[in-house]
Amino acid sequence: MKLSSKDLLGIKELTKDEITLILDTASGFKDVLKRDIKKVPALRGKTAVNLFFEPSTRTRTSFELAEKRLSLDVLNLSVTTSSVVKGESLIDTALNVQALGADFMVIRHSSSGAPHLISKHIDATVINGGDGINEHPTQALLDAFTIKEKIGRIEGLKIAIVGDILHSRVAKSNIYLLTKFGAEVRLIGPPTLVPQELEELGVKVFHDMDSGLDGANAVMVLRIQMERQGKGFFPSTLEYSKNWGLTSERFRRADKDAIVMHPGPMNRGVEVASDVADGPRSVILEQVTNGLAVRMAVMYLLAGVRE
Amino acid sequence: MKILIKNGHIIDPSQGIDGIGDILIEDGKIIELRVKSSESGVKDNSKLIPNKSGQNSNPPLPPFVKGGRGGIIDASGLYIMPGLIDMHTHLREPGYEYKETIKTGTTAAVKGGFTTVCAMPNTNPVNDNSSVTDFIIRKAIQEGACTVYPIGAITKGQKGEELAEMGIMYSEGCVAFSDDGKPVMSSLIMRRALEYVRTFNVPIISHCEDINLSEGGVMNEGLLSLTLGLKGIPSEAEEIMIGRDIALAKLANGRLHIAHVSTEGSVRIIRDAKERGIDVTAETCPHYFSITEKTVEGYNTNAKVNPPLRTKKDADAIKQGLKDGTIDVIATDHAPHHRDEKLKEFDQSPSGISGLETALSLSLRLVHEGVLTMPQLVEKMAVNPAKILGLNKGALKIGSDSDIVLIDANKEFKVEAERFVSKGKNTPFDGWILKGMPVMTICKGKVYE
Repeated sequence: MKLSSKDLLGIKELTKDEITLILDTASGFKDVLKRDIKKVPALRGKTAVNLFFEPSTRTRTSFELAEKRLSLDVLNLSVTTSSVVKGESLIDTALNVQALGADFMVIRHSSSGAPHLISKHIDATVINGGDGINEHPTQALLDAFTIKEKIGRIEGLKIAIVGDILHSRVAKSNIYLLTKFGAEVRLIGPPTLVPQELEELGVKVFHDMDSGLDGANAVMVLRIQMERQGKGFFPSTLEYSKNWGLTSERFRRADKDAIVMHPGPMNRGVEVASDVADGPRSVILEQVTNGLAVRMAVMYLLAGVRE
Repeated sequence: MKILIKNGHIIDPSQGIDGIGDILIEDGKIIELRVKSSESGVKDNSKLIPNKSGQNSNPPLPPFVKGGRGGIIDASGLYIMPGLIDMHTHLREPGYEYKETIKTGTTAAVKGGFTTVCAMPNTNPVNDNSSVTDFIIRKAIQEGACTVYPIGAITKGQKGEELAEMGIMYSEGCVAFSDDGKPVMSSLIMRRALEYVRTFNVPIISHCEDINLSEGGVMNEGLLSLTLGLKGIPSEAEEIMIGRDIALAKLANGRLHIAHVSTEGSVRIIRDAKERGIDVTAETCPHYFSITEKTVEGYNTNAKVNPPLRTKKDADAIKQGLKDGTIDVIATDHAPHHRDEKLKEFDQSPSGISGLETALSLSLRLVHEGVLTMPQLVEKMAVNPAKILGLNKGALKIGSDSDIVLIDANKEFKVEAERFVSKGKNTPFDGWILKGMPVMTICKGKVYE
């Protein structure tokens, strides 16, 4: 089986079978990453450009390392050094990168749909590394990989996502993925950050943390962006934390084997208490490791689409 | 020079004309109009239009001299209507000539069947003083294919703070005032504006948007905006301001015209205001009843417009509003942009649709669907705009300017944006097959085919 599109723009565009293929392939790459020599020659001679129009450490380093593990030549282009500041259009930037010989372009951009726009104008493979408040597909894939690894399945699980759903591309991609696999997805947070309309996607919205956590098999905590306070989304991080911060006491409402996840970077003591983040049920650092395997699988499979 | 237009189906609701007849034009004026037979086959749903058949007992046409510099136009199978009037056009000149000029915009207008357009003031500099007004009028006389009436800004620089010199602009030729593109957020300034223009008996055209509520929004708010990751503009951002402006119009006893109505709630509020006898009129645009927010899918910047495309429920309510007379006018909100500006990230690209060359055909769909009768369509696109703006146009009266459009209501064609004469190729209707189009526009004494 092959993926159907040359690009990975979002989870929305993937079928359940395609996602399963990516996760199974990632499993193989995870074994590679456990070896002494972690590099495979799979994509030797091809070039990947990480085109980041928004600051990112975690995602960019993860992609960069995944690319290196696949023997790709890697170029990192970040917004501060790019010609975007000189007024170049997004399409022109992408065309120039392609002219340099890029086979893969990983795009991170603050505008939703930016990778989709680029993909319409270039032939290279486009991978969405996070666009605006739309999607962050590789994050959802690595989250799914982690859940499957820890619990063995996704179907039928109660998975709570807590925080700023409205502005979270991670939450959006996870909603699409987890509902495709038949999980019971619960979105928890204040009504200002959790739009009721999302229930039309087959998820449940909770504004009360305790009832949302009740019996959950996995709890994904989202980063609360400090700039949201003072914009009317919530009065203060203190108040947010009191109502929707994941403390060990609250976490007891979840299933006894529940896992705790966070896409990072964390605000300790705000959305998640340190004892939970560092506790035995936390898989936060494993998510980071799994990110590498998943990104390797994505690039490997996308390269296969062209063959 | 004489031109005889023969055997067309003449529709002029302002005179109750709906039948086959001839029109004779001489030197840019209509000098004869004769209706031979009232079209009994045409069903007239409109209660607004009394059937005046028999009143048009014009004397028989004098023998038409063939040859000379005139000509005979056989309009058999075509509709003959007053030239359309667009009361909401962005001609972009001065300042944004790379998007459109008075010349290209009016040429697009004529191609679309319009003989009069009203130029919105958000140019650079803003038309907030008489020298800009004067520039637009002169340029339009020199280069314009059709008649142009400027609309002046309500406030200086469209900043919503201080009233612009509306009286002086009125005497220079402005026919209405609007800060279109930007709402007047201060209720006090809006009240003053509605009061002040009573002196000149012209309307204030309001772009209704609560910009605090719509902040950062780029499309209709709802599930689709959430799943596209685009910030939404709720319907309420429009409805709140329509409610406010109607309240202010009542307080100020001024004339209010609501621009580009896009939501079901707006239609309801305006209908209610009209029932209460408040002096309010309203327009919508073809895109609000032809397409919905779904057109945005795939980050289609040609579907980015403000107010945003809404849902099917809204589009249906707008059709109903047109049918029952709540919405008086179909305007284009022709907003041409350069190709490069639309080839951008969705949230970075400017709002607007190039509408002059598709407006009539899209509106004719309402006639084909049975939402409007042909006379009602002419009311929405010619008679009512003239009435609202106090223009001596929109009618085929003896002695009036020969602003005439001939329409083939059944001719099918494919919309090809690249063949627009407007500089703005930004249309979400590219590739659509539409039925009905203008085949000839007579304007300023010239015949455009």
